[in-house]
Amino acid sequence: MAHVVVDPVTRIEGHLRVEAEVDGGAVKEAWSSSTMFRGIELILRGRDPRDAWVFAQRICGVCTTVHAIASIRAVEKAIGAVPPPNARLLRNLIMAAQSVQDHVVHFYHLHALDWVDIVSALDADPAKTSSLAQSLSDWPLSSTTYFSGVRDRIKTFVQRGQLGPFANAYWGHPAYRLPPAANLLAVAHYLEALDWQRRFIKIHAILGGKNPHLQSFLVGGMATPVDPDSQNSLNIDTIAALDKLVADGLAFVSRVYLPDVLAIASYYKDWASIGAGIGNYMAYGDYPEDDSENPQLFLPTGVIHGRDLTKIGMVDQARITEQVAHSWYDYSVGNDKGLNPFKGETTPHYTGPKPPYERLEVAQKYSWLKSPRYDGAAMEVGPLARMLVAYASGRPARVKELVDKALSTLGVGPEALFSTLGRIAARAIEAQVLVESMDKWVRGLADNMARRDYRIQDNSKWEPSSWPSDCFGAGFHEAPRGALGHWVHISNGSIVNYQCVVPSTWNAGPRDAEGQPGPYEVALVGTPVAKPEQPLEILRTVHSFDPCMACGVHVVDASKRELARVRVM
Amino acid sequence: MIADSLTQELEHRGISRRDFLGFCASMAAVLGLPDTAIHAIAAAVESEQKPILIWLEFQDCAGNTESFLRASHPTVADLILDLISLNYHETLMAAAGSQAEQVLAQTVHDNAGKYIVLVEGSIPTGADGAYCTIGGKSALQIARDVCGGAAATIAVGTCAAFGGIPAARPNPTGALSVADAVPGVKNLINMSACPANAENITALIVYYLTLKRWPPLDQYRRPLFAYGKSIHDNCERRAHFDAGQYVEAWGDEAHRHGHCLYKMGCKGPATSQNCPVVKWNEGTNWPIGCGHPCIGCAEPNFWDTMTPFYGRLPNVVGFDVGKWIDPVGLGLTGLVAAAAALHGVGEVVRHRFGKTSSTEGEAESE
Repeated sequence: MAHVVVDPVTRIEGHLRVEAEVDGGAVKEAWSSSTMFRGIELILRGRDPRDAWVFAQRICGVCTTVHAIASIRAVEKAIGAVPPPNARLLRNLIMAAQSVQDHVVHFYHLHALDWVDIVSALDADPAKTSSLAQSLSDWPLSSTTYFSGVRDRIKTFVQRGQLGPFANAYWGHPAYRLPPAANLLAVAHYLEALDWQRRFIKIHAILGGKNPHLQSFLVGGMATPVDPDSQNSLNIDTIAALDKLVADGLAFVSRVYLPDVLAIASYYKDWASIGAGIGNYMAYGDYPEDDSENPQLFLPTGVIHGRDLTKIGMVDQARITEQVAHSWYDYSVGNDKGLNPFKGETTPHYTGPKPPYERLEVAQKYSWLKSPRYDGAAMEVGPLARMLVAYASGRPARVKELVDKALSTLGVGPEALFSTLGRIAARAIEAQVLVESMDKWVRGLADNMARRDYRIQDNSKWEPSSWPSDCFGAGFHEAPRGALGHWVHISNGSIVNYQCVVPSTWNAGPRDAEGQPGPYEVALVGTPVAKPEQPLEILRTVHSFDPCMACGVHVVDASKRELARVRVM
Repeated sequence: MIADSLTQELEHRGISRRDFLGFCASMAAVLGLPDTAIHAIAAAVESEQKPILIWLEFQDCAGNTESFLRASHPTVADLILDLISLNYHETLMAAAGSQAEQVLAQTVHDNAGKYIVLVEGSIPTGADGAYCTIGGKSALQIARDVCGGAAATIAVGTCAAFGGIPAARPNPTGALSVADAVPGVKNLINMSACPANAENITALIVYYLTLKRWPPLDQYRRPLFAYGKSIHDNCERRAHFDAGQYVEAWGDEAHRHGHCLYKMGCKGPATSQNCPVVKWNEGTNWPIGCGHPCIGCAEPNFWDTMTPFYGRLPNVVGFDVGKWIDPVGLGLTGLVAAAAALHGVGEVVRHRFGKTSSTEGEAESE
């Protein structure tokens, strides 16, 4: 039995540590720990709720829009502000651009090197890479000359002797299985994706002033004026620019990203039965399609228990609790209890080993993450959860179409979705569905301009004097990494209590009071480990969740007040 | 050794020497350097041994890392493959766990006094360092070990530069800036903003490669080339401020026509950064350009001193002058006097909000 520690888990956002017992070439037991804590929710107390999104946004700079969106939705629910249609469309575009860009960056820059051996790419025959590329899609950068240039560039890089971020990795590890030609293709697309993500995210610069940390959100709407007759507003030039960027995005996702995922997956089909995880999935749903109080959501809401796709439950926030039995916090009601976020409390209390340390005391408390539970059960959230809910719900129809196509391309059944590979495929399919949907929101914006609807903001609720003296709200969002919720209590114009329950808390959280492990911890059990001193396979399963640890760790207010009135999106 | 490696690489990639010199020219423009500097930049980036960078992340959100990924000239691929050796960066590096930590230890050991460290995120001092550990070591210990042996330390983003959001009231974790957590660190440069602009990060690197020294700094150890003027001084909406034309409500006619956001809470007069000049994401836009006020993110303690973000900044010289001019009317003498009074408003404001006693610093040359 080997005790394997992976700390830092790199190629993620934030600070994650995994400890695992490995025996007989596979993980027997695993513990996931987050090792960083800031306390942004405590910092939010006493602030102007209209500022909250700017603070909350800084929870994460990778998924840089998601906490801003959840925050403004929570505050809007609390004070009763209703964003106008243009704001809904702009937010949908910003959110979709975030997810699409994030998914591409995750696959190529955070995850691909678990599957792609860069050193092997040096031995590739560019002609073979060219024919492989042309068999996968009609993406124009596919000539022998092109791949020859990429290979030579990498060769020169290696020959200069400074390997930089690629040094001391797992090159040559027996778990790498792509032929040299496919490795070269993936390396070429790693570099192309680096350029592509920088260009595509200009959508955020146009609609948000800058990326990362866009600066155009407002409680009640958006700060970006709309007026086709002004050079200082979103105008027809903007529509044309968005059209171009969305078309470029669609081209890259449909002709490079999705085909690459399926091509690489075809060499690793055994990973369709590894890393299955907890088997419970939850999605709040998102992308409102109309401006009613309960709008139709483009990506639907739902809960799946025990991999049963025939029964989709509705999500009720009242059933969400967080536990701290193995987290470095104390609950006044006892550390074996769970608390709904509206009644949540957080008293940080570090009881782990004093740094520097070698091992965590995993039988005790071992993480800055809490353990969120839905009806007492651990839930996996993220693209796989969303695509499963959409697949089972039959809408949007495009999801079922793309999932079935991917399954038939790989020659596997729907059970393959519950796996490490399933998470990777679901993310690529979601990117395709979202990038395809962006056009209709751009058209919506143009249609509003045509009918001279330039409203961007509910100014009637801007002044705190227009708010109830005491109010509560919860705002939900499907972030790239999964279901995100913010809960806020406002009194006399300032924040009394602020809480977030975040995707990576759901997925990466530690065991609960009953000893029930979190989704990472379950998914890792059974993951093969060929060389415990080079735990490449552990990275594969952990990275398939796309960890975002700065998001996952949060501190909430110790207020224990019962809530009189709750508005939920 | 490979002769003319960079030129060869560029040619392989279909980039002519002319294109390359074009890149160097654009860097020179960001840095405000004379044309003669172009060839010096070219020579600097063509040198054989690539400078070694270590990027540490502590109490961060990776926003500065993401910003770095948006760099356009040079792009991050050009940087990583050709111009620098980014030996350690948790978000980007292939190795993990002990393999990653070996790289860090080896780099620090083999290149003592020669490598450059970029720090992202604040450094917590509470709970014996347990609020941020990497590989079981506290952020504070890592910062001391790594920054201590560096040729220079660049604090990227406001958290590393000034403590940032973790250090905002009530600072639950005892978060500190690099300057406060590791006093006496050699050649410390603060690249504040939330996040730091990619073009400024790359400009700083190219500045060093080209001129073999670090740039002159302001009183907060920020390079003058990026932080030497206020947002207000260079704002494209400045004429509207001077003319007394202000946005009064979101989406009103003034807002749609790009009038001044001062009354909506803009902190541009109290904030030093080059956003209006370089803008963001390859010059695509910037916050004021899309209709939202500046939040002052490059300034120390802005989370406490610039909030509420939508509250009007007090005592800005020149406010409402335009309104006053119109109804009253002024003779030629009066207009000239008004213009003279307005000139340098940003300077006055900046000094009012900044520390007045400190002197502008300059990092040592290496």
